[in-house]
Amino acid sequence: MTLTLSRRRFIRWISASAAIAGIAACATTGRASSRRVVVVGGGYGGATAAKYIRLWSPDIDVTLVERESQFISCPISNLVLGGSKTTADVTVSYNGLAKYGVKLVRGDAVAVDVDQRRVRLASGEVLRYDRLVLSPGIDFLLDQVPGLRAAGALDAIPHAWKAGPQTVQLRRQLESMRDGGVYALCIPRSPYRCPPGPYERACQVANYFKKAKPRSKVLILDANPDVVSKKRLFVAAWNGMYKSMVEYQPNSELSDVDVKSRTAKLVFGDVRADVLNVVPPHRAGNIAVQAGLVSANDRWCGVNWLSAESTVRSGIHVLGDATLSAPAMPKSGHMANQHGKLAAAAIIELMHGRQPDPQPVIANTCYSFVDDRNVVHVASVHSYDAAQKTLVPIKGAGGVSLHANALEGHYAMAWARNIWADMLD
Amino acid sequence: MMRISAGIAVASIAGAIFSATATADSGRNLAAACANCHGTNGHSQGGTASLAGQNKARMLAQLRAFRDGKRAATIMHQIARGYSDAQFELLSDYFSRQPVARSGQ
Repeated sequence: MTLTLSRRRFIRWISASAAIAGIAACATTGRASSRRVVVVGGGYGGATAAKYIRLWSPDIDVTLVERESQFISCPISNLVLGGSKTTADVTVSYNGLAKYGVKLVRGDAVAVDVDQRRVRLASGEVLRYDRLVLSPGIDFLLDQVPGLRAAGALDAIPHAWKAGPQTVQLRRQLESMRDGGVYALCIPRSPYRCPPGPYERACQVANYFKKAKPRSKVLILDANPDVVSKKRLFVAAWNGMYKSMVEYQPNSELSDVDVKSRTAKLVFGDVRADVLNVVPPHRAGNIAVQAGLVSANDRWCGVNWLSAESTVRSGIHVLGDATLSAPAMPKSGHMANQHGKLAAAAIIELMHGRQPDPQPVIANTCYSFVDDRNVVHVASVHSYDAAQKTLVPIKGAGGVSLHANALEGHYAMAWARNIWADMLD
Repeated sequence: MMRISAGIAVASIAGAIFSATATADSGRNLAAACANCHGTNGHSQGGTASLAGQNKARMLAQLRAFRDGKRAATIMHQIARGYSDAQFELLSDYFSRQPVARSGQ
């Protein structure tokens, strides 16, 4: 998705459609029952919000705008790279939302007119809303890795940080790599989507190499000074079951790539790889930038954590990875699902002239597979602190696994089945 | 509404700070955080306990046992420590009132 709508064109679009909007406004005046929510983005946050608004308050009209025909999950998609799952295993239909009365519009939302409360799709279709939910995920800051802007660069050096064709492409490269080759994974500085994800991926690729290409290496080039999540547990895997296969290199910030030679250009030198997997730095998805919702570090959307409503635009709620995370809150699919329900409850209250629940409590669980059956978790519980005006982690709650184990492997797949159904069925 | 009075009564007995602002939907909203692993309204898709329609007193005892380290767990003991007795009451009350079979909506 590109963000190319020029300011002038956008203003022209607004004025051209103002007349139509005027007529529409007249037509709906006095209809107290008219409560319309448009949700942009059918991922962990948006699909959940759409379902739960209808589940809890069927008098609200909900339209979900989604670009893809099916949901493909990022969580569990590292197992596609490891070879124990296929893309089909992490794909879920959107059809289940129909029974809640969610109207599904397949399309690409390209512009929000915040004053007129309308969303325009690439097709030209315009959707009016009383409240808007944006769950746009992330888009990449390719300016920070200029080589990746070239045509075809992301096929040669996939990120696979949005599950789908990119995941398949990276798996294909791993399959065709020679035994004795080097797979290098570049991790951006925190905060990024899915803190334990890169380290799980390193384990998955190592697990595949161990079976199929035992002379190969996994090289983790981390821009961060240390392992960001579940350090003890991942290091135990790298020093244990993947001993002498995985090498971890901290403080390895990427400045650019050479696409042709698959070279990562780091501040302290170049690293050539046979398969180069760069997760570029990222920010809130393009539509959030266009709507003027980015309020922190030019990257993330600040929200009021009682309602997930934007701190800069009233009537627009932002969910998931695109938000400026509350303290110790990870950018995870699980968290986005919780944002979706927090926002759904708040939107229902606000649309009925009431105040949101003043004491929301949400929780996070991230499972990571260190091979194809053993799993480690990190969990946390977050409650709203009125004095700090944000969600804060509850001291003494949460934690990590003692060690990788197969029981949590079963729980991890149960988590996937349950959360996919919680958002889509 | 029975739901509202039950929620308020429970909350006032517990007397926690939480009770001062517990709303009619506090139990529902709290329970929504469990759905990721235990299914919408406690209707598990398998692999975790189905919470819908469970006996309230029994569930309350289980939650306390997790929190107090009296029941072994991989993760529930860590999550349970994030909740007060008043919140456990609201959760158990909400799940106990859900139909065992999923209604479709």
